Amino acid sequence: MEEDEGETVSVSEVAPALIAVHPLENSVAVAVGSELRVFDLKGDCPVSMLADSGGPSHSDTIRDITFCPNGSLFASAGDDKLVKIWRTDTWSCVRTVFTEKRVSAVAISCDGLYVTFADKFGLVWLVSLGEDVEGHALVDNKPVPILGHYCSIITSMKFSPDGRFIATADRDFKIRITLFPKRPLKGAHEIQSFCLGHTDYVSCLAFAYPSDQIQGFLLSGSGDSTVRLWNFIDGILLDTCEIGAKAGLIKSEESKPAVTDICTSQDGSLIAVTTQSLNGVILLNCDFSAKSLSVAQVITMEKSYIPTSLALSSSTECLWTVMGASKQPSSGNAQLLTCLRIMSGFGKDSSDAHPHDPVVLQDNEVPGGEKLLLKLQGSLDVAEKEEVLRAAAAALRVSMHNMLIKKQYSVEKREARKSSRNDKKLKK
Amino acid sequence: MSKDNNSGAHPGNGQSGRLPRKRFYRARAHSNPLSDSHFPIPLSPADVDYAHHFPHFFAPAEPDRGNGMALSPKVRFADVGCGFGGLLVGLSPLFPDTLMIGMELRDKVTEYVKDRILALRDSNPGKYENISVVRTNSMKYIPNYFEKGQLSKMFFLFPDPHFKEKNHRRRVISPQLLDEYAYVMEIGGVIYTITDVEELGDWMRSCLEEHPLFEAVSEEELETDPVVKLLSSATEEGQKVARNGGQTFKAVYRRVALHEE
Ligand SMILES: C[S@@+](CC[C@H](N)C(=O)[O-])C[C@H]1O[C@@H](n2cnc3c(N)ncnc32)[C@H](O)[C@@H]1O
Repeated sequence: MEEDEGETVSVSEVAPALIAVHPLENSVAVAVGSELRVFDLKGDCPVSMLADSGGPSHSDTIRDITFCPNGSLFASAGDDKLVKIWRTDTWSCVRTVFTEKRVSAVAISCDGLYVTFADKFGLVWLVSLGEDVEGHALVDNKPVPILGHYCSIITSMKFSPDGRFIATADRDFKIRITLFPKRPLKGAHEIQSFCLGHTDYVSCLAFAYPSDQIQGFLLSGSGDSTVRLWNFIDGILLDTCEIGAKAGLIKSEESKPAVTDICTSQDGSLIAVTTQSLNGVILLNCDFSAKSLSVAQVITMEKSYIPTSLALSSSTECLWTVMGASKQPSSGNAQLLTCLRIMSGFGKDSSDAHPHDPVVLQDNEVPGGEKLLLKLQGSLDVAEKEEVLRAAAAALRVSMHNMLIKKQYSVEKREARKSSRNDKKLKK
Repeated sequence: MSKDNNSGAHPGNGQSGRLPRKRFYRARAHSNPLSDSHFPIPLSPADVDYAHHFPHFFAPAEPDRGNGMALSPKVRFADVGCGFGGLLVGLSPLFPDTLMIGMELRDKVTEYVKDRILALRDSNPGKYENISVVRTNSMKYIPNYFEKGQLSKMFFLFPDPHFKEKNHRRRVISPQLLDEYAYVMEIGGVIYTITDVEELGDWMRSCLEEHPLFEAVSEEELETDPVVKLLSSATEEGQKVARNGGQTFKAVYRRVALHEE
């Protein structure tokens, strides 16, 4: 029992399905449970992952997936304590890192030379993907710890697009901005700022670097039902958008819906947010000069579709959304089902005063068409999905809550734990 | 999140000037810094009501001057795991214009320190106004209390040793926590550590030695630093060790700017 203290207890194991899109929209990846599904948009075909070359495949829930900024690498990591790094041209796994603890977040540095991952104790580790002098990949270099959030779970980890900073958010309301050093193997010791102000766990982070601004900005979403805009260089809160209230999501005395994911176009002109309860996506508008955030549009979809993850390519042609859960109520089907909805039509033409309304694409309109949906969703049968997704939505609500809310002991249990403490017996 | 209202030492609440007695504040020998307790956590440094802790330093604005709070002083010294507060009491008269705060995890011990400070203020009017204490888990909430570069001194006196290897991550000095301490310290600020446990002494020294943002303070400087003498003599734990004739191990380091080669 003593050993478990401070670790986060996995009360409920249901995890949301994740989606990531290649920056040039060459491919799109979905993770659900231990399954990684990739569709090659350029080649217009499903991808079979060549896991054998790089160690075992994932055997437990994948908690985070990401492409590196130029799209050449992809990383996946999760509860099986594996961090897998893939080449996206061949989709072969080039490296499997065996870690000691479950992994909650993974990121690839902007130069593609390092992969960082966060373990469930709040430690961030780094592995070098560099090559030695002969040009051989350093396959057995060990991960080194580079920074830590003391005894908290890191919920999101992102590099700033200029590569100078690494941002980490945790379930103790904290966002830490750390300078990413030139020699990160020696650790990332210099903290640039803490962005403090959220009143519940921080669930997601996204950077925005508007071209007409000298400094970049950070956006964060939280269990407190807000999205916040930060001057992350100085750790200053610039604006708070009460998502639930502003988007008209709070009916009566219902608890405020947690923000579950956020994604931005690099210049911040497009900001999309999902919440725990909205069947759709909220688009925010950020006036970076006035430093203000507002709800621009709420796009709703069919009732049972509550997206769990969002992705944008750098061309921002499409906003990709997925809904799904790692454990699904017995459908008698071994296959884990997800549901994808893709939006397009984000009027990017700046001369256009009235941007076109984004539209949700019909199944036959999505890039890759039915082939893609079959691969990434696991099925085309919408009727069957409806039911599964409804159940998944409910399971996820409970699990997100349990996962991120701090462990609360009853008074009796607390006393019982106290009396079994070892350090008490060790009295000097 | 509430303001940190009731954790300040407030004067004039009917306490007599008699010093509190430790035996009324008996507490567990150690506390586990990993378990979450129920105490108020300030959302950010701006959320901490320091005026409440140091009323003499936050006199209400004079009506004709207007902006009385504009120059409100900041806490400069932090005694982390302050225990019964002996160091704060020893430092207070040495730096009468410097605000110092103790951080302590144990509830009863924090209450004792509060009462001790109030009693000292009562019986020595105008003195001990620069020290106070908060109950918090310093390993988690240091950035909630202090801004970047705010502190000029941090103290870690006789911290709990956590002998077992798997418990090393509970130690209050670690490579990762030093990043946070470096963040709240000004360049040139000094971190003082002392212990009677040799292994812990080695650990703290090597963590500091290997950290790129800290540099050892020279022996000559240590000899002229009036604070150094207090490390082994001012606190309850230090006095206990001294009574038993125990050895102590110090490591005193300065916060330096990072120079990437
Ligand atoms: C051995 S005592 C030393 C007290 C004092 N510095 C002295 O020299 O007498 C260590 C103290 O640190 C406190 N402590 C341990 N972990 C802490 C934490 N995470 N935050 C604040 N205080 C902590 C303990 O409650 C205890 O009072």
